[in-house]
Amino acid sequence: MNLTLLIVQLLNGLQLGILLFLLASGLTLIFGIMNFVNLAHGSLYMVGAFLCATFTQLTDSFILGVLLALPATAIFGLLLDRIVVRYLYQRDHLDHVLATFGLILVLNTAAHMIWGPDGIVVPLPGWLDTRVEPLAGVVIPVYRLAIIAVGMAVAAGLYLLITKTRIGMRIRAGASNRDMIGALGVDINLLFTFVFALGAVLAGLAGMMVAPITEASIGMGNSIIIVTLVVIVIGGIGSIKGAFIAAIIVGLIDTMGRSYLDVLFEQFMSIQNAETSAPAISAMLIYILMAAVLAVRPQGLFPPKGR
Amino acid sequence: MKKQSLGLAVALALLTSTAIAGETVKIGFVTTLTTPAGAIGRDMVDAAKIALSHIGNKMGGKQVEFIVEDDGFKPEIGKQKTDKLVKQDKVDFVAGYIWSHVLLASRKSALANDTFMISANAGPSPMAGKLCNKNFFSSSWQNDQSPMATGTVMNKDGIKKLYIMAPNYAAGKNMVAGVERTFKGQVMGKDMTKWGKDMQLDFSAELAKAKASGADAMVVFYPGPAGPAFMKQFEQAGLSKSMKLYTMFTVDALSLARLQKANLSGVLGSYNTMFWAPDLDNAVNKRFVADFKKKTGRYPTHYAAQSYDAIMLIKSGVDAVNGDTSNKDGMRAAMEKANFPSVRGTFRYGNNHFPIQNFYLRQVKKDANGDWFVSYVSTVVKDNQDPYVGQCNL
Repeated sequence: MNLTLLIVQLLNGLQLGILLFLLASGLTLIFGIMNFVNLAHGSLYMVGAFLCATFTQLTDSFILGVLLALPATAIFGLLLDRIVVRYLYQRDHLDHVLATFGLILVLNTAAHMIWGPDGIVVPLPGWLDTRVEPLAGVVIPVYRLAIIAVGMAVAAGLYLLITKTRIGMRIRAGASNRDMIGALGVDINLLFTFVFALGAVLAGLAGMMVAPITEASIGMGNSIIIVTLVVIVIGGIGSIKGAFIAAIIVGLIDTMGRSYLDVLFEQFMSIQNAETSAPAISAMLIYILMAAVLAVRPQGLFPPKGR
Repeated sequence: MKKQSLGLAVALALLTSTAIAGETVKIGFVTTLTTPAGAIGRDMVDAAKIALSHIGNKMGGKQVEFIVEDDGFKPEIGKQKTDKLVKQDKVDFVAGYIWSHVLLASRKSALANDTFMISANAGPSPMAGKLCNKNFFSSSWQNDQSPMATGTVMNKDGIKKLYIMAPNYAAGKNMVAGVERTFKGQVMGKDMTKWGKDMQLDFSAELAKAKASGADAMVVFYPGPAGPAFMKQFEQAGLSKSMKLYTMFTVDALSLARLQKANLSGVLGSYNTMFWAPDLDNAVNKRFVADFKKKTGRYPTHYAAQSYDAIMLIKSGVDAVNGDTSNKDGMRAAMEKANFPSVRGTFRYGNNHFPIQNFYLRQVKKDANGDWFVSYVSTVVKDNQDPYVGQCNL
């Protein structure tokens, strides 16, 4: 096996995992603490990407675009919480699913009306749009490394926020026992709003990170939200640590499947069959993993304590 | 109560007025208007409407009723919409169809009901071969044709080792087969990526494989929203220095507009192969391109060009029978002649109703206004016919 290719693919998998983590951390907090099923989490990812694309076009700088889009996405998350989401907390999961599915349709159509059916291509500044060669033959785009760095920084920040601060303590308490922390006099509504906005910013950040690679496009969140749900189910709902580890696992499995499954299949079937079946099977791998985890540990790999 | 019955009466009146057959020529148009691929559908509908305005919205002396439906990029929805057009609206023609898998899912709904079906883009191999039908016409191409021409271009350029990437669906498989049919060098590797509404847009793993494969060129088929994403990542991965890139249906007016906005100039100067170009020198094309640009402010894509031709093809059939759309044999005989003002100049139909046409090398250039577009360079093959016509027994 080609070692340099393996290293590149491991980094690609890590980068995909980091992106998934940005989405999954917010989703798992919202699900775990507020017991709220937010299918529209992927739409926040799309909104983040479009806002970043717009600001990048206005300011001619991707970095400024991201810096402006982050607070804008937070405000959007707050508004969404005030206008729609807050009325749904007390309802059951079916209502959550229906309402947030409707929200996806509304936000997709709104994006279509505001930005048109075309996607928006986001250009990178020159210093990010280059490559480095840390080892001979291992050429990696700088921007992919930047995504990994940003994701790691966010993971570290979240770790500190959750374990070392008062609000983090409340979030952990909320994930373990919602009713009890309400009874202890914590303003649960304020906590919920904070968590929802935090989740929105994290999802938006993921969208901003991916926009220069793919582009900002309508419905871009629809497919990634499914993978994100797989991640939080594997990781254990409500657990940031679980989301992190599961996201990296899913990112690596998906990338490795796309890279090596066809080679593996060619060992025991015709090249033609391998070519057609490998992409189909590699798209299934993460679901097979989820099924396996659910069978052995239905609560996920790292469920929050106290449940 | 009074209001209700009034409403009912109005509804009835509306229903009956559309149900009277033969007053108008009805054309159903199935395309993708939502999802990131919606921009393609918009281009097609704009072009069809320009065609209709060029003919005064009349065919064979009758008014044309043009009904657009959105397939949502899904085969099952495309089939439902085709069913609706054929059974409920009772259209005389269904046209459109961007995606091969949508066309294959929808074909029975139209053809089993003896309704004419015109593909303005998709050209899957079964429709040209075993599943060819007397009432099916293509105003575009068979999927294998452009990649076969691309393979010829690569042979001329002396490419020896090739890496292929395409989406994993009917058209993607045809494109790969088409390239392999004419390309004489060695195929070092191949990737078929996930396609559909939730298509794969991050190609990091595949590009790393391509780089490691030792290929000296790469050929890709990424239509619609995947095009700009691929072009960018190819640049970002630094592959443009070590590999020559050939594209099929990946760089078009839609992707170029986006790439230009972001000033990703790596695409300038790149080549691709197609049956048509916006600056193809004939009177019909000049008028079409000028009017399209005037109306929309954009360059038309090949999707637009094919949609314009689809309307003109239908008109040639309806004109021949003076608007008597019940005379299917008369319309079919006229359409088989391909005797209409086409944006590609003149062409013929094979007996499977796919065009026998030229394919051209095109290059991305800047026009007088600084806008990026794909410009005609030279003719690669003349009077090319698809390789499946032998399997069709019409």
